[in-house]
Amino acid sequence: MVGMELSGTPQKILSARQMGLVACTRCTKAWPMGTQICGRCGHKMVSRDYGSLQRVWAFWVVGLMCYIPANIYPMLRTKTLFQNDESTIVGGAVELAHHGAFGVAAIILVASVVIPLAKFWAIAFLAISVKTRRMASNSARHFMYEVVEYIGRWSMIDIFVVAILSSLVQLKTLATINPGPASMFFALSVIFTMLSAQAFDSRMIWDDRSGNGDSTHND
Amino acid sequence: MTRSCEELNIKCQKLLYKSAMKDTVDTQTQTPLADLIVCPQCDAVYHLKIPKMGERAVCQRCHTVLIAPRHKAGLIIIAISIATFILIIGAAFFPFLDIDAAGNKNSVSVIDAALAFSSGPLLLLALATAALILIVPLIRVVITLYVLVPVVLDLPPARYAMQAFRASEALRPWSMAEIFALGCAVALVKIADLATVGFGPAFWMFGGLVVLVVAQENFICKWSVWNSLEHPKKS
Ligand SMILES: [Zn+2]
Ligand SMILES: [Zn+2]
Repeated sequence: MVGMELSGTPQKILSARQMGLVACTRCTKAWPMGTQICGRCGHKMVSRDYGSLQRVWAFWVVGLMCYIPANIYPMLRTKTLFQNDESTIVGGAVELAHHGAFGVAAIILVASVVIPLAKFWAIAFLAISVKTRRMASNSARHFMYEVVEYIGRWSMIDIFVVAILSSLVQLKTLATINPGPASMFFALSVIFTMLSAQAFDSRMIWDDRSGNGDSTHND
Repeated sequence: MTRSCEELNIKCQKLLYKSAMKDTVDTQTQTPLADLIVCPQCDAVYHLKIPKMGERAVCQRCHTVLIAPRHKAGLIIIAISIATFILIIGAAFFPFLDIDAAGNKNSVSVIDAALAFSSGPLLLLALATAALILIVPLIRVVITLYVLVPVVLDLPPARYAMQAFRASEALRPWSMAEIFALGCAVALVKIADLATVGFGPAFWMFGGLVVLVVAQENFICKWSVWNSLEHPKKS
């Protein structure tokens, strides 16, 4: 039933833009160029959202600005019988590693430090790459975009851990754990980087190689 | 079974390519727009060929799954959604962890956890947490049922079904129940030496939720939903 290969020579894949069409990114339907609202699902359509780069950078900067205090201020305030303890994200992970819980320390470090930093770098790289020529292959950049989209949410895990611990460990005088100010900054940072990644129009990744203007079809 | 029909498109590519060459303005008359499908991630245009049940049509250049019809998918998704609904409600109210340290006992539900932030500016965080863990997943389940039940029963689509489904898709990344489930496990290890911690019933509900979320993602074919909303009662 499914279309069979018609010819051995692979044809160049055309984008909707090159065919004079604009596509709905929610429901995949094609419309004549210039249509603004998808007639099927009502989604707003733009052929390429060039203004999106501004939103990407705006969210990116806010996300980064929130990420700095998230690492400086304490994430958790632990009060036990003998001591008051305030630990930052990295401090908490180091402490876990001292107790021998390397696996969990690694999860925390990866989710709260490695992933956010890699994400800032990746989004910046993608946003710059659509303006400059040939920084990496299209498929490599698209893969990067998908990873960023998929993995960014998982940074929220640290916030959930803080929420769980703070509600669970309320043992009167024995021990209490309360969220520190870093938790809010960290959550905001994750949310803004998610918004930044979502604002990025991934279709632009595939544009530059085929040349933005009308590529010459010769047969 | 899954990787088979990537070639969905080559034929039409040629076709479109030809027509695009002949006359760029006239493309539409050559190939009706209804017969096209455009990859939402990379803008590649394909001629619509619906793959067989269980097969998937995948974008050739970015590998986004475009169409993936499954046998009885509608019924299965409705069943999964109902189960998810029940689990979310249960997981909200039952305790998911309990702690016992030298006779001091405490057990918390998700509602308690979300309210842990309820002092001062952290209140916003509390609301956000509750939304990400419970409210967004719940909204998505309700929308899925609202949209799919009429489709499966061969009734005309529900009012605003398209808008609702679109909103549900936009909410997808903000639904984080499965991340919370892993968070429970991490929290457990973190305080294991401070106190005896045990899993409550809600923890297992979250575990089940993770499975259901993954299963639902596997069964739902968004294109089929759009298509049946566009052409109701087709058969
Ligand atoms: Zn649409
Ligand atoms: Zn694609």
